[in-house]
Amino acid sequence: MKLAYFPGCTLKTTAKKLETSALAVAETLGLKIEELPNWNCCGTVYSLASDDLIKQLAPIRNLARAQSFEYKTIVTLCSMCYNTLAQSNILVKNDGEKLKKINEFMSEEEDYRGEVEVKHFLTLFKEFGLENIKKIVKKPLSKLKVACYYGCLLLRPKRIGIDDCEQPHILEELVLSLGAEPVNFPYQVECCGSYHTAVKPEIVAMRAYRILENARENGADLVVTSCPLCYFNLKDRQRDVKRLYAGFKEMPVLYFTEIMADALGIT
Amino acid sequence: MRLVLKSETDVLKKVEEISGQNVFSCYQCGMCSAGCPMSEEMDLLPNQVIRLLQMGAFDEILGSSTVWLCASCYTCRARCPRGVDLARLMEAVRLIVLRKTKDDYIPPARMVKEKLPQIALISALRKFTR
Amino acid sequence: MRVGVFICHCGRNIASVVDVHWLKNEAAKLKNVVFCEDYIYLCSEPGQKFICEKIKELNLTHIIVAACTPSLHGETFSRTLESAGLNRYLLEIANIREQCSWVHQNTPKIATKKALKLIEAALAKLTYAKPLTPLRVPMIRKALVIGGGIAGIQAALDIANGGFEVYLVEKEPSLGGHMAQLSETFPTLDCSSCILTPKMVEVAHHKNIHLFTYAEVKNIEGTVGNFEVTILKKPRYVWEDKCTGCNDCVDVCPVIVPNEFDQGLGARKAIYIPFPQAVPLVYTIDLENCLNSKKLIVCENCFKACGPRAIDFLMEEEEVKIKVGAIIVATGYDLIPLEALPEYGGGRYQDVITSLDLERLLSPSGPTGGVIRRPSDGKIPKSIVFIQCAGSRDPEHGRPYCSKICCMYTAKHALLYKHAVPEGKVYIFYIDIRAAGKRYEEFVQRIVEEERVLYLRGKVSKVFRKNEKLVVLGVDTLTGRTVEIETDMVVVAPAIISNNGGKALAQILKTPIDEFGFFTEIHPKLRPVESPAIGIYLAGAAQSPKDISESVAQASAAASKVLALFSQKRIALEPIKAEVDVKLCKGCGICVKTCPFGAIKIIKKKKKKYAQVSKAVCQGCGSCMGACKFRAINVAHFTLKQLFSQVDALLEG
Repeated sequence: MKLAYFPGCTLKTTAKKLETSALAVAETLGLKIEELPNWNCCGTVYSLASDDLIKQLAPIRNLARAQSFEYKTIVTLCSMCYNTLAQSNILVKNDGEKLKKINEFMSEEEDYRGEVEVKHFLTLFKEFGLENIKKIVKKPLSKLKVACYYGCLLLRPKRIGIDDCEQPHILEELVLSLGAEPVNFPYQVECCGSYHTAVKPEIVAMRAYRILENARENGADLVVTSCPLCYFNLKDRQRDVKRLYAGFKEMPVLYFTEIMADALGIT
Repeated sequence: MRLVLKSETDVLKKVEEISGQNVFSCYQCGMCSAGCPMSEEMDLLPNQVIRLLQMGAFDEILGSSTVWLCASCYTCRARCPRGVDLARLMEAVRLIVLRKTKDDYIPPARMVKEKLPQIALISALRKFTR
Repeated sequence: MRVGVFICHCGRNIASVVDVHWLKNEAAKLKNVVFCEDYIYLCSEPGQKFICEKIKELNLTHIIVAACTPSLHGETFSRTLESAGLNRYLLEIANIREQCSWVHQNTPKIATKKALKLIEAALAKLTYAKPLTPLRVPMIRKALVIGGGIAGIQAALDIANGGFEVYLVEKEPSLGGHMAQLSETFPTLDCSSCILTPKMVEVAHHKNIHLFTYAEVKNIEGTVGNFEVTILKKPRYVWEDKCTGCNDCVDVCPVIVPNEFDQGLGARKAIYIPFPQAVPLVYTIDLENCLNSKKLIVCENCFKACGPRAIDFLMEEEEVKIKVGAIIVATGYDLIPLEALPEYGGGRYQDVITSLDLERLLSPSGPTGGVIRRPSDGKIPKSIVFIQCAGSRDPEHGRPYCSKICCMYTAKHALLYKHAVPEGKVYIFYIDIRAAGKRYEEFVQRIVEEERVLYLRGKVSKVFRKNEKLVVLGVDTLTGRTVEIETDMVVVAPAIISNNGGKALAQILKTPIDEFGFFTEIHPKLRPVESPAIGIYLAGAAQSPKDISESVAQASAAASKVLALFSQKRIALEPIKAEVDVKLCKGCGICVKTCPFGAIKIIKKKKKKYAQVSKAVCQGCGSCMGACKFRAINVAHFTLKQLFSQVDALLEG
């Protein structure tokens, strides 16, 4: 089965590491992934207004394109892309009227039928089989204590969540299969402050401090995440955290695919 | 100052139309405020925003930072025992404000000047500008 | 006499304070004690079995259990004795928990010594104990139900359907009580009279029910199984057996007065039935408002109009004496008067009304035909402010308790008003919404959500008039903001208070009421429908505020208690009764005056006057024993000799 890979803007720029590592891992696992031709911006944030359908065009156009290339599934790496595509998809699946209107707007595309499935790489790996991944681990990450940070958009709203929104464990299971030890991490689903990083960096720094300290208190050596924005807020904002909180010690933050690549011996 | 309560306002109807939510579904348990990651920074608690909407006191919300601090993290939505999508109500209030004025709430020029992930900038633009 | 002493640890309740091991060794040394042992839980099945086995094995004749209060497990251990073949009155309980370990936690040594003293005292009393046999007297298997509201109706029907005769006494001219005044009931919105009227009719036609309306209980003598009741029938001035309910008298009556049934919002004549579905359908002349008096007849309109000649101005009140074996009190409730709540403008502004007033305005048979019109000008209000907890949960100005039904009926009122006036606005001031009942919370939330009712969390400080409107000042503590609302009508939910006739009735029944006039139950959890006076049961809001379903449930519970009592033809009474020593008695009569139950009479036999106790009436309280100067009266099981020995043992050493 062919899978369309939807990268999104950030994966091609600031989060290149995420894309490179993820695609390398997918190749190692033998997953057939092809970048969706001609993709456009996912819309970034899902529109929460009932009265401006125009904001649903960007995500639905991507889905329509996947359909026209006969992909049944579109997979994403970025949490924001995943959330926006998945929520828009559900909106039109449940509301034929809205789907019809959106299709009318996009006369240059073939009509989207609401049948493409939006999936995140984590789900894909889980379906591949964590036991299978365990078998091909070359350098087990023994003794590495990992705090798995999910953030918001992979889990909420519930109807698109890839796991339980209060007590997720898909990342922990993956980490275990790599030979590492996931730590208890109560702040793993707390928001990092998201786009406020662009307007109120100090608030985000305060959020990051709390989340990272919570990981540290629980004995984590590092934090892994899947979202480029969470990654930035937790990693790059540590500069600001240090200014705000004297004595704060840096905490390594990595994409989950980076530690996967390590364990699978991909260089 | 005493709040003078009047019959329902048109702006409340607009908020409910945009959000698709019935503000009277909320019974003010405060679950949204308890779990909101931003509530410490807010001048009105999230549940108070709904409360003021129920009371038809929209003007009281306009001067507040709360709707702008909401990051649409959906924690409140996931936990609300009455199924109220507060994130949508927050969005509706933001949109009503942005659609009325000629100014952005935070113009791009006032956003941080460092290298950010694209999704950070674009979301901020989507939430704070017209 | 071979005494066995059993000491209970009560888990850690006793054993953590009292040194039970020492106690066991010391108690074993006491006179006549042939066996003494301690045990972790004597009230448990194995604990009781242990006592039973030791009685048989060692031929014990008297037993002391040192444990908790006899009011908790007295019955348990009495049964243990019986199962071992001993008379249950050869048991003494030394209360070493409530009277010892619990109150002397910090002084375990002294507590241990006291525990031994208590055992010694029990032994002293037990030394003079005699085996007793319960008295068995015939039981009158008929019941009296006082109050003809929904609780009384349900209780009467249940007992009557169980095959026993019931006397149902209602002070108003019709059955129905407050439920007859209600429009619709929460949470199902059943029409109140539609579900009540069939039951009223069933009462009227039931062959086992004797219905007395417009009547009151004047006096009650006797005890369970044998109550003598005097019922006072007030004169209706209309013969019940002749009146056909044709209404001809009402048409010609010239006097118009406010109708109490309509909360004074509608009118009736001086000859009237309170409402069209009244049971019995018999007219009553209200002589206070009638132009006539007993002495002077100036108007004969009704008399002349009455075809069957049912009207009789010479009718007198009548006393009826009946005998019953059990009594159910179902006298219902009243509302705190609006005048007691001056901040809400009650009694001052016509458009400030009570929730019960609103029921009449909502009722299709009410004064406005079910159209909500405000009293001042008959206009349909465009908005209503409801004020809950008016006098409830307010120990300073009203009552400390929650009136329990107001949250639900206010939600119902909001719904009924919104159905009638869809564009109308409803504001409800509340402290908490208490909707604990089957489908109650869902009902309230549905109304808030669908009818967009604004609940304001807080109290109202003032209601005043401004032109044709009422201004309500209050607070919403959820936002921390004071609020002001201009409205057309204010509906107050007054505290539910006990029926104002309840106090007098309690005295007649010799059964306790609490400080608010509600009838008290024996145990709030485990015996909630029994009054402490045996044979008297409680149903409905006479006990505490209740809604209809709770009142009905309690009425059926009380009825089932009565039916259980009536399942036997004779009743067993505790043999703990006063006994007169004729040789010592001088017939002075002090005991007659002291007895709260009227059980003692002075009789003369062979030229000698002395006191005689009716065993069926005596409750064994001991008042007479304490009052008798000649020590001529003893209460069995608590004789003077037993009590003095007990006290001596305590004071010794």
